[in-house]
Amino acid sequence: MALLEVRDLTVNFVRRGERPFTAVDGVSFDVEPGQTVGLVGESGCGKSVTSLAIMRLLAKRGNKVSGSVRFEGTDLLRLSDKDMRDRRGRDLGMVFQDPLSSLNPVIPIGLQITEVLERHRGMSRKAASIEAVDLLDKVGIPDPSRRLTEYPHQLSGGMRQRALIAIALACRPRLLIADEPTTALDVTIQAQILALLRELVQDTGTALIMITHDLGVVAGLCDEVNVLYGGKIVERAQRHQLFAEPRHPYTHGLLASIPRLDAGRGEKLIPIRGSVADNIPWDGGCAFAPRCPNALPVCREVSPRLVPDNGGLLRCHNPVRPAVAAGGGTR
Amino acid sequence: MNTLLNKKKEPIDKLAAAAVGKSLGREALSRMLRSPVAITGGVITGLFVLLAIFAPLIAPKDPFARTLQGEVNLGRGIIPGAQPGFPLGVDDFGRDELSRLLVGAQNTLLVGVLATVIGVAIGIVIGGLAGAFGGWVDTVLMRLVDVMLSVPSLLLAISVAALFAKPSQWTVIIAVSMVGVPIFARLLRGSMLVQRNSDHVLAATSLGVKRGAIVFRHMLPNSLGPVIVQATLTLATAILEAAALSFLGLGDPDPNRAEWGIMLSKGAKQFLDVRPELAYYPAIAIIVVALGFTLLGESLREALDPKNRR
Repeated sequence: MALLEVRDLTVNFVRRGERPFTAVDGVSFDVEPGQTVGLVGESGCGKSVTSLAIMRLLAKRGNKVSGSVRFEGTDLLRLSDKDMRDRRGRDLGMVFQDPLSSLNPVIPIGLQITEVLERHRGMSRKAASIEAVDLLDKVGIPDPSRRLTEYPHQLSGGMRQRALIAIALACRPRLLIADEPTTALDVTIQAQILALLRELVQDTGTALIMITHDLGVVAGLCDEVNVLYGGKIVERAQRHQLFAEPRHPYTHGLLASIPRLDAGRGEKLIPIRGSVADNIPWDGGCAFAPRCPNALPVCREVSPRLVPDNGGLLRCHNPVRPAVAAGGGTR
Repeated sequence: MNTLLNKKKEPIDKLAAAAVGKSLGREALSRMLRSPVAITGGVITGLFVLLAIFAPLIAPKDPFARTLQGEVNLGRGIIPGAQPGFPLGVDDFGRDELSRLLVGAQNTLLVGVLATVIGVAIGIVIGGLAGAFGGWVDTVLMRLVDVMLSVPSLLLAISVAALFAKPSQWTVIIAVSMVGVPIFARLLRGSMLVQRNSDHVLAATSLGVKRGAIVFRHMLPNSLGPVIVQATLTLATAILEAAALSFLGLGDPDPNRAEWGIMLSKGAKQFLDVRPELAYYPAIAIIVVALGFTLLGESLREALDPKNRR
């Protein structure tokens, strides 16, 4: 049994007087213990909403969540609020995008770590403080006992993200969800944070869901990658498979649009045409069809289904052929 | 600054003591010390507080002794003016005006501070409940606050004061505090709502922190800044409103009582033509003190405003 089984997760934004909007549309995936799974896609594809829905952090008002999220067999979506609170931080942890705004500005770092330890592991503040020093040390913060009494604004961006990771991992959750943890950081710090995450995940056997729009992050970290578009998974593949032979035109486009160091001088970047706003609803055909270079007439009429393909999953009527993909972008 | 260094060296198990807002406060303080407006406000306020506290010691004469009553003849419009021993003259009962002003400072400060504290306390409870629970609790409480805000502040104070059978100092305090309640409630509720949707509250929720801890440790301390600033500003208005109520005859009727509002009221209504100074002195005192608190409050607001942070 997988650690986390997400089945048919659907999130509708329901606002009074507006048409409901489906942000996440029947997403299913598994996470095995110790595995790193990536959720990739551009802004608005539903990746963050998926993570918030798994953690049950979406406001009840205005959001309708259906499907099931089984964590070690229990459906998190059916737990009482209280039971869910007991699980958050203990079984599932989360690291957010902006390390400064995710820390409470008026409380020292140390207290924000001990708070979780006291809450879930029933430690005394003293024992928790000692543990907190250990945790900060483990995430590579120098002079941890001094840092404990410092406030978030006294730490650098990278330090803050390290502190947040320390807090999220304080109770050794079995699943960590990282929602674009490197977006707000410098490139050099990004690499450090990713290395840290990889190391921690390997050391503790924590499963990791990595949410990102950065394919570089995926290449460095994820075992399996789910590409989301318009709230649906359009392609799932093992990391190497995905980079070597992207099958969905969207994935292919994403990879082709990354600047390459080995590209010839003056060679142009190949963007994906249009924007997410060009989405059409999935029920009237493929949501990506208006932007797709491979679109066929059938794409605008029949919504493609997610079918096994080449060891992964694919939702496309006219996938990119491997031979073409291997040769780089040809259009 | 030494305490700052010591704090960092303190053992980690003393962490809890350093829980709220120290660094923010320190930063704001250093910024205020660079601002002339803040220093002016601080000096005026500090002086006023010192005068108020030590008034009984400083006052040159007994403020209740009718020393020169024999020389007062209201019928013929005679009130003795300034003379040796009575630098500001005497009032209609022949009591030393300077001593009464000093003792009046004490009463004025007491009324202002108590009214503000009560107003803040009730406002925090109402605003805190509305902000923490949201939903219908918020709706009900905020409509109540709307009603209170829709009545002009002095009118509200007068109506509250009129509810009491016998006017006294407490009538004034309660009436003035009621004026502040809706302002504080609305303010706190607003910043609590901002906190509710903030990233760090979401992060705390994602860690399974209990709701009580989220409200009291994560939302409330981050929301109190504007309320504290408003409180210093309200202190000035509270003094003015207390004076206004006394002026209108809704204050303590005891003629012995030295209070700036009452003194101003009598001075302006009864012997403005005989001795206008008796109205001027308390009026100037009220203006200066209100100005002091306002300057202090304004600069505090500026110092605490995160947008001004360098």
